[in-house]
Amino acid sequence: MTDPTTSPSPVTTDGGAVIPRPRPGDPEITAEVVEAHGLSAEEYERVLGILSRTPTFTELGIFSAMWSEHCGYKNSKRLLMLLPTEAPWVIQGPGENAGVIDVGDGLALAFKIESHNHPSAVEPYQGAATGVGGILRDIFTMGARPIAVLDSLRFGDLDSGRNRYLFAGVVKGVGDYGNCVGIPNIGGEVFFDRAYDGNPLVNAMALGLMKREDLIKGEASGVGNPIMAVGARTGRDGIHGATFASEELSEDSDESSRPQVQVGDPFTEKLLLEASLELIRSGHIVGIQDMGAAGVTSSASEMAGRAGSGVELEMADVPVREEGMTPYEILLSESQERMLVAAKAGREDEVRKILAKWELEAEVIGAVTDDGYFRILEDGEVVANIPALPLTDGCPTYEREGIEGEDVKEARRRDLSPVLEPEGDLTEPFMRLMGSPNVASKRWIYDQYDTTVRTSTVVRPGSDAGVVRLRGTRRAIAATTDCNGRFCWLNPREGAKAAVAEAARNLVCSGALPTAITNNLNFGNPLKPHIYHQLREAVLGMAEACSLFETPVTGGNVSLFNETDGKAIYPTPVVGMVGILDDVDHATRAAFQVEGDSIILLGETSEEIGGSEYLYREHGEVAGEAPSVDLLAERRLQHAVLGMIQKGHIRSAHDCSEGGLAAALAESAVSGERALGVDVQLHARIAPVALFFGESTGRVILSCSADEESRVLEIARSHGVPAQLIGRVGGTASPFSIRAPRGSIEIPVETLRERYFGTLPELMAQTAAEEVR
Amino acid sequence: MSRFDVEVRIKPRPGLLDPQGKAVHHALESLGYDGVSEAKVGRLIALTVEAGSEADARDRVEQMCRKLLANPVTEDFSLRVTEAPAVTDGDG
Amino acid sequence: MKVAVITFPGSNCDYDCYQALKTLGGFEPEFRWHRDEKLGDVDAVLLPGGFSYGDYLRSGAIARFSPIMEAVVEFARAGGPVAGICNGFQILCESGLLPGALLPNESLLFRSYDVHIRVETVRTPFTSAYERHQVLRIPIAHGDGNFHADDETLAELEGDDRIVFRYVDADGSLTPEANPNGSAHHIAGIVNASRNVLGMMPHPERAVEPVLGSTDGAGLFTSLRRHLEGAMA
Repeated sequence: MTDPTTSPSPVTTDGGAVIPRPRPGDPEITAEVVEAHGLSAEEYERVLGILSRTPTFTELGIFSAMWSEHCGYKNSKRLLMLLPTEAPWVIQGPGENAGVIDVGDGLALAFKIESHNHPSAVEPYQGAATGVGGILRDIFTMGARPIAVLDSLRFGDLDSGRNRYLFAGVVKGVGDYGNCVGIPNIGGEVFFDRAYDGNPLVNAMALGLMKREDLIKGEASGVGNPIMAVGARTGRDGIHGATFASEELSEDSDESSRPQVQVGDPFTEKLLLEASLELIRSGHIVGIQDMGAAGVTSSASEMAGRAGSGVELEMADVPVREEGMTPYEILLSESQERMLVAAKAGREDEVRKILAKWELEAEVIGAVTDDGYFRILEDGEVVANIPALPLTDGCPTYEREGIEGEDVKEARRRDLSPVLEPEGDLTEPFMRLMGSPNVASKRWIYDQYDTTVRTSTVVRPGSDAGVVRLRGTRRAIAATTDCNGRFCWLNPREGAKAAVAEAARNLVCSGALPTAITNNLNFGNPLKPHIYHQLREAVLGMAEACSLFETPVTGGNVSLFNETDGKAIYPTPVVGMVGILDDVDHATRAAFQVEGDSIILLGETSEEIGGSEYLYREHGEVAGEAPSVDLLAERRLQHAVLGMIQKGHIRSAHDCSEGGLAAALAESAVSGERALGVDVQLHARIAPVALFFGESTGRVILSCSADEESRVLEIARSHGVPAQLIGRVGGTASPFSIRAPRGSIEIPVETLRERYFGTLPELMAQTAAEEVR
Repeated sequence: MSRFDVEVRIKPRPGLLDPQGKAVHHALESLGYDGVSEAKVGRLIALTVEAGSEADARDRVEQMCRKLLANPVTEDFSLRVTEAPAVTDGDG
Repeated sequence: MKVAVITFPGSNCDYDCYQALKTLGGFEPEFRWHRDEKLGDVDAVLLPGGFSYGDYLRSGAIARFSPIMEAVVEFARAGGPVAGICNGFQILCESGLLPGALLPNESLLFRSYDVHIRVETVRTPFTSAYERHQVLRIPIAHGDGNFHADDETLAELEGDDRIVFRYVDADGSLTPEANPNGSAHHIAGIVNASRNVLGMMPHPERAVEPVLGSTDGAGLFTSLRRHLEGAMA
């Protein structure tokens, strides 16, 4: 049995009858206090209805956290319901710490993406580091051992010192955290555009592997089972809400003791990871959950909500890092590297023993009850008493009016025909494009990430998708993140479709069958009709594409209100997609492999330049129609490419994206062990600017031996996919040469290689001054 | 026994390559701060120790430095010892 | 052949080392916990990479005081083969089994990619299966890999043929660009005076299977196996 001195005995009678007393010194609940907690008048009415009385200050804080967008999804929930979430291979869909799919051989894969945008804007290093820490905990609380991380990043242009500072700090934060815990980074993406000035996006994705039977959920079931706080102590980190609220809480603490920045401790995370997995396998616990956003409050109430039980927690028993913390502060602290565990009654000592082995603490802070209440005690006195289910699921949800913004309409109507005029030698604009950080190699980033720890990484960052093998099987997992925010701004529905299509294409080019996605919806303020329009359209586009590709959404994250001075970021619905390779030997890279190989282009190139990197770099504009997406053609293309890879016909495959066909050819040419020239002749009679630099979707560049050429073309034809032989891979001394009816590009491949790999290091060499600030 | 606050300052040994110091120096120069001839980046470790006397406190912390806190191959250390203010509860 | 792989809090390459030994065959790897006081009956010891104790004070500085390290020092002094990889190298330097220290990389950035290293001596239990001056391609992944020692120590390492690996380019040349961290004399790995204790920054255990992109690290383990077989025969 639980120790009665440390664990309150569960209340099994009418829990609602207990009316909490306001604590001495609590601010009075006025309209202003309610508003400062981010609750609307309507939401506050609902709180009064649920409680049948005025909430205490502590309770108001609890509602405010649970009904925030982050926990309650109040502005996005109704739209999220439109996404497909089911498939025979989905074991766990949205609503848990992470989604889980069946990957065969008795194994299951947990994966999820989450944003840490605002913390990274304030303190890039810690913001990004704690973002990685949080997503890793989401994975191992499901019982899965993390096997890979990816990061999807957005910044303003690098000509600003502030943006370079943010970029350098975020990359170091992502790297240091993952490197220390020992999880390889296998890919991701980064995109620079003035739309992200002052509002960088930091989305971290993690994948974890487990035996199917080791899956555990974040549920607090079994009346009388003790609730234990595990891992790091609770401090005043990142306490949510209006600052005035926390300032008035305890007069003896000054500003410096209230860090708004959460600090990551990857060493403790590594210990917590090992301890949690050992705990889960031990059979001593019934549920476990990360204390993430809104800390104890959300983890405990969600665990109770999911199990349909109640919980009673004693704040005096929570291990704290600082003296004099109030229940409000303890409940809302976002201190990192903490877990909440529902143990089996009588197993507390076993739990403590496992934690102690990993030099961590575990304290009983409460128990599971059967009255459905989320009840908080301070030294035995009830300070909050709220029905758990309305708290977790009763948040009002909104459907708003959405109208397309006038600025977008105008940008779309822009006449881009003058942009398409240049003809002849286009080597110079091509080289400028290769020197754009959106096109140039991201090696400067991933050289700071441990990509090979765990000795399972088959394809490292720098190709279309990362691939990790599943030791002990023939299989491997591929993962990628994708989203072109410019396309999404010009046309959120097509842009979201393009993001799903590109992610699937990247996986297929790496030899994997696309299987499921996790999404991170980064948007501006949804209360503005044009932002709500973007959100709704993007979700609809994503839903359509995911249904067609049979890649259900198993979870994700919504980050709204990404605005600076009233200006929103581009709508950026990041798609994190995972796929399965039945045979690790199918893993395929983007780089050309052998001199003399045939280069084949699959898909259609239209005369379109809208939303392209070329338009942004050469003309400073984001305008025109986003490239259209033909999902059925895309699916045919992907079936064809995957078939070719599985039958061993091709030696490389690469998707065409930012920078268009010319940039894709350049990437395949220079990203192998040795840079190889290419000799390409294009026959399309469209404007060469569109032909070379347009970003038509649904295109793949393949290379194969000359012997396989006719078979590859035949397979493409049988799938109804346009395919043409466009040239040959050259040697290390051959030039990079593309010719077309009205234009050409020619440059020594070594010069191209230097530009491709030299751009980011050169830009970032200027950061010394910012870095040490 | 009294309580002493001991500040342990750890610096790279003279002549040792100090990439962090170099970066700071370079950054100061690029921000226009002339006349800085050298920058070294080290660590500061603040300890509160119980000891019979100041000399005793110094002696013990010097041992700690030699054993753990500083690496004699690459680092020098110096100490500043002051008597700690009266004990208050809740030193956390 | 029993090889102890030591797990410190924060080690993250312990399992990789264990797997490499299993994959290559002929070894019986066993984990040893940092709190263990005895190594037991083992033929060799591996100190794996990672961030022991978070490397918060200095890389390897706290791990050297783990109870198990006394046994490791004793084992090494008795001539038993001990290899420290990455953080393991840092721990060996901190514990005094190897000379020198590993400072932050000159670039101040964590560095993770494949480097080329040249085998400088085959007169060690860990390199006898290689050819002298053979060039290997092996991943590095470290923030503090910048080997430093005073001139006297460096001269001694050079004179006694104790530099085991140096960073080179793909053709085996000592170009400045080939040195990823600023190490003195391009040093990537050294042995102690009695040649039974090796420390190296690159990760041979990450280059033992074709699917990982290189098998150049396998020779280190096959050398060790050969050495132990010889010792037993």
